[in-house]
Amino acid sequence: MDTQSYLPLQPGVGMEENFLSLDDILLSHERLPIRTECSFPRLGYLEKSTDAQDIPEGTKMELPLWLSKGLYEKKRRVLSVELPKVYREGWRTVFNADPNVVDLHKMGPYYYGLGSQMLHFDSPENPEIAQTLLQTFIGRFRRNMDSSQNAYNEDTSALVERLDCLEKALFTSGQSGLNGFQSWEKGRASQLTASSLVLNYRKRKMADVPP
Amino acid sequence: MFCEKVIELIRELHRMSDGQLPAFNEDGLRQVLQEMEALYEQNQTDVNEAKSEGRADLIPSIKLRHCCLLRNQRCVTAYCYDRLLRIRSLRWEYGSVLPANVRFHMCAEEVQWFSQYKKSLASFMRSLGGGEGLDLTQDMKPPKSLYIEVRCLKDHGEFEIDDGTVILLKKNSQHFLPRWKCEQLIRQGVLEHVVS
Repeated sequence: MDTQSYLPLQPGVGMEENFLSLDDILLSHERLPIRTECSFPRLGYLEKSTDAQDIPEGTKMELPLWLSKGLYEKKRRVLSVELPKVYREGWRTVFNADPNVVDLHKMGPYYYGLGSQMLHFDSPENPEIAQTLLQTFIGRFRRNMDSSQNAYNEDTSALVERLDCLEKALFTSGQSGLNGFQSWEKGRASQLTASSLVLNYRKRKMADVPP
Repeated sequence: MFCEKVIELIRELHRMSDGQLPAFNEDGLRQVLQEMEALYEQNQTDVNEAKSEGRADLIPSIKLRHCCLLRNQRCVTAYCYDRLLRIRSLRWEYGSVLPANVRFHMCAEEVQWFSQYKKSLASFMRSLGGGEGLDLTQDMKPPKSLYIEVRCLKDHGEFEIDDGTVILLKKNSQHFLPRWKCEQLIRQGVLEHVVS
C-alpha cells in the first residue's frame, strides 16, 4: 500500500472550518450573491459597475464567503446573503428527483461544504437546504462507494469528474483501500517500494531538462 | 477585490496535492504583505477620523478591511504551515540529506527549520531503546527476513555493508543485502526490492 508521510490538514466537518486547511480556505473563497444593507464609504472601487466613491446601501454584488461571514451580523444588518442558484427551490427539486444525474463538480465543486456554510446565515429555507444536502449525499453515496471499491486498474477519470470535492476524497480513500487489499492478496504488501514522492520528483526533473 | 494574491499562493500548494514542495513564492508573499500594510494604513486613517469627527458611518468599511486583514493572515499562516508539513515529510521520505533540487525550493528560514527538525528527531531517536538509540525511519513495513534480494535501477557507485565488504552498485546488477542497509536506497528509487 502507498504510505504517504505528507498528510494535508483535513477540512472541517459540517459548519466548522478548519483554520489552516487549504481545502477550507479555497471553499471559503467561493462567491455568494449579497445585498448591502448599509453603505460602505470609500470602497467604491470594489464595485466595478459604478465610479462612485462609496458602495451605497442596497447594492447587489458578489462577495466571497469569508467576507460575508465576517461582515454578517444577526443583530445589526450590514448585509443580507442571498442563496446561490444551486441551493434554491428550483435546483432543490432537481436534486431531490435524482441526485445521480447532476454534475456536482460543475455545480460546486464544494457543493456540500458551501451548503453547510450557508447555514451560518439566517435564511427561512435553511431546514430544506440541509435536508436536500443530506438526501443528495445519501442518494449518490451508494454508486460512489460501489465504483471506488470495484474500479481496479482502470482509468477512473470518468468516474470522478462529476463528483464533489468531499465525494472525491471518499473515492480516493476507497481506492487506496482497494489497492492495499489487492496488493496484500498478491503477497506484495511486504515488498519495499520507492516513495511515490521521490518518483514524482524524478518525473518532473526529467520533464524540466530541455531536449 | 482584496485577498486575491494570497489565494494564488494557496492554489499553488493545493495543485501539488501529492506533497511536492513548490518553490517558495517570496514575491507573492511580499505582495500580500504590501496589501496588508495598505489595508492597515487605510484603516488607521479611517479609525482616527471616525473617532475625532464621530463618523460612525465609516465603521462598516473599517470592518470590511479588518476582515481582509484577518483573511490574509489566515492564508499566509496556512501557506507557511502547509509547507512545513511538506518539509517534515521530506525528512521521512528522503532521509536527512535532501537532493539539491528539493533544497533549492526552500527559503532560508525553512532550511533552518529543517535542520532543527533533523536535530530534534535525531536526539529523540538516540534517547530511545535504553540508551542505544532506535532508528524510527527503519522498518516502516514489518520485516520478514534480515536479507533481501535487490536489483539496481541505476549506477550508484560503491557501497559498504556492515562487515566491511564493498560492493559495486551497477545498473541491473542483483545483490543479496541486509535489509536495513538498503531500505533507504529503495525508498529513494536507487534499488528495487525483488520478491520471488
